[in-house]
Amino acid sequence: MSGGARAYALHGGVIAVLFALQFILPAYHHGNLARIMVLASYAVGYNILFGYTGLLSLGHALFFAAGMYGMGLGIQHLGLIPAPALLLGLVAGAVVSGGLALLALRTTGVAFMIVTLMFAQAGYLTILYFGEYTRGDEGFVIQQAQRVLWGIDLSDAGNRYFAALILFGSCLMFSLWLVRAPFGKVLVAIRENEERVRMLGYDIFVHKLAAMVISGTIAAAAGASYGLLFGYAGASFASVQYSIFPLLWVLLGGAGTVLGPFIGTLFMFYLIDLSSGVTTAYMLIAGVALVLLTLFAPQGLMGELRRRVWRGLP
Amino acid sequence: MPGNPCARMDLGPYIVLASLEGAITAAVLALTAVGLSLVFGVMRVVNIAHGEFFMLGAVIAWWIAHMLGGHPAIGFAVALVAAPLIVGALAVAADMTILKRLNYDPERTIVATIGVLYIIQQMTLMGYGPDARPVEPPFNTRLAIPWFEHGADGWAMIWPWGLGTTSYKLAVIGAAVVLLCGVWLLMSRTRFGLVMRATQADRDMAQAFGIPVERVYALVFGLGAALAALAGVLIVPIQQAHYLMGADPLLLSFIVVIIGGLGSLPGTVLAAVLIGLSDGIISVFFSPTLAKILATLLVGLVLVFRPQGLFGARSG
Repeated sequence: MSGGARAYALHGGVIAVLFALQFILPAYHHGNLARIMVLASYAVGYNILFGYTGLLSLGHALFFAAGMYGMGLGIQHLGLIPAPALLLGLVAGAVVSGGLALLALRTTGVAFMIVTLMFAQAGYLTILYFGEYTRGDEGFVIQQAQRVLWGIDLSDAGNRYFAALILFGSCLMFSLWLVRAPFGKVLVAIRENEERVRMLGYDIFVHKLAAMVISGTIAAAAGASYGLLFGYAGASFASVQYSIFPLLWVLLGGAGTVLGPFIGTLFMFYLIDLSSGVTTAYMLIAGVALVLLTLFAPQGLMGELRRRVWRGLP
Repeated sequence: MPGNPCARMDLGPYIVLASLEGAITAAVLALTAVGLSLVFGVMRVVNIAHGEFFMLGAVIAWWIAHMLGGHPAIGFAVALVAAPLIVGALAVAADMTILKRLNYDPERTIVATIGVLYIIQQMTLMGYGPDARPVEPPFNTRLAIPWFEHGADGWAMIWPWGLGTTSYKLAVIGAAVVLLCGVWLLMSRTRFGLVMRATQADRDMAQAFGIPVERVYALVFGLGAALAALAGVLIVPIQQAHYLMGADPLLLSFIVVIIGGLGSLPGTVLAAVLIGLSDGIISVFFSPTLAKILATLLVGLVLVFRPQGLFGARSG
């Protein structure tokens, strides 16, 4: 089997396993896994910018929230039905990430991190400021009647799982295709040595801009789906914490690996889920994990696997 | 309400009051931001956990005051010395165990300090709890401020209701000025300051001349954290100690350090005064959320379009 066929077989296999799991998982873990798949889609989007292009953004919550509120406000205030509302969320994510990219890509390194952090914070505060429409921290519930997509009630656990699987599967496969395509190879080359890529005649700015818009739009798709599937949109999804989470998931799972974001999300979700039974200070786990990962395993779980077992792992 | 000058407050006294509050913000902010700026200037790393050192200072001050009991001045005086030392030692330990191993790589350091932020914040939540707790100021005489008004019988001195401050608040401003002068003397007049400036100018050259760069880094990180903790101790009698109180000082310090020009101490202090005063005045007239939105956008835009800061000179 060629490397490409093996890669597609592996990732297709993961999706097949996730499909099969819905029939055997108990209700609690069934619900968790649906949530993890949506959040993992967010991490997949983050990984395209951070893992493959080497741009560390601290403001992805802005894109997640753009999708969530683009969808949520569309339903709440424009009276949209779910399909166009989802589309509105995606468009909002693309526009916001494109706009931020135009500004933030003028900087590099630490400045890029701070600029994205600041604009995301401004976005979060803006959501609070327009509390009249967004209901601020408290957020708003999207009623069950407003969550019927093409006759399918997304508040039903089975449908929800299936919708999450479709979202995650398409994000995963898209990301696999992208990083194996010439465009993705240029992104990796930019990550490794920007000057050399520039010298070879590639337009760095355009590639980074495209990577950021793709990454932001996937994050927005995850945000919009999260709101629609779980029936809630709130400002906490725009807070700094939700910018840190995808970074943490991707670092844990392995930056620059296609499956890493899912593995990282899965592990961290259950780690926090287990610890929240013991203490309310569950973010402690996130902090400790961040420090340990940067210190001892900057490659993450899948990165280690790639180093030790399968060097061609995409 | 004519004939009852005590019951109203015109715009003038209002602005005086707002500037006074602003001056206190500026004083505390300058201390915190100078700590952040020092770390950035010498070590070239951004410490996201800086606000948590501020918070730790405040929480330790409460803890010491609570343990010692007695006259509030005793606990406060002990806290003023002990809190910066404890927090500084903690920061030195964090530097030696974490930052040094990362070789002060700027991006990885940011990620690691985000981790440190959550560790400190959540440990405080576990140990200290989610409540906001007050610390009694060591002295707290109310001082009313007179106002001059042109009435029917010429200029008259009145004492508008609500226009006043406390001796403690004035002392905070004084203490911050003294401390900032101390930092300046340390940087410009002592051997340690010289070593710090040498390391800032050229790390490798400093190392070649036998300066123990790693020890300097650890001490600078500790000093920066100690300054933040001192600011926390000073503010806690005015504002209560709470485990989430580090977020605002962090954001404001960022704004100040970036606008003042990264790593420039005079620029940092100037920006702190400007931001502190305008924050006090703006939040009287606008919603605090709107003020914060404008402030964060300003930082982002300054970094994009004028990365050397508004006061910094363009270098190279």
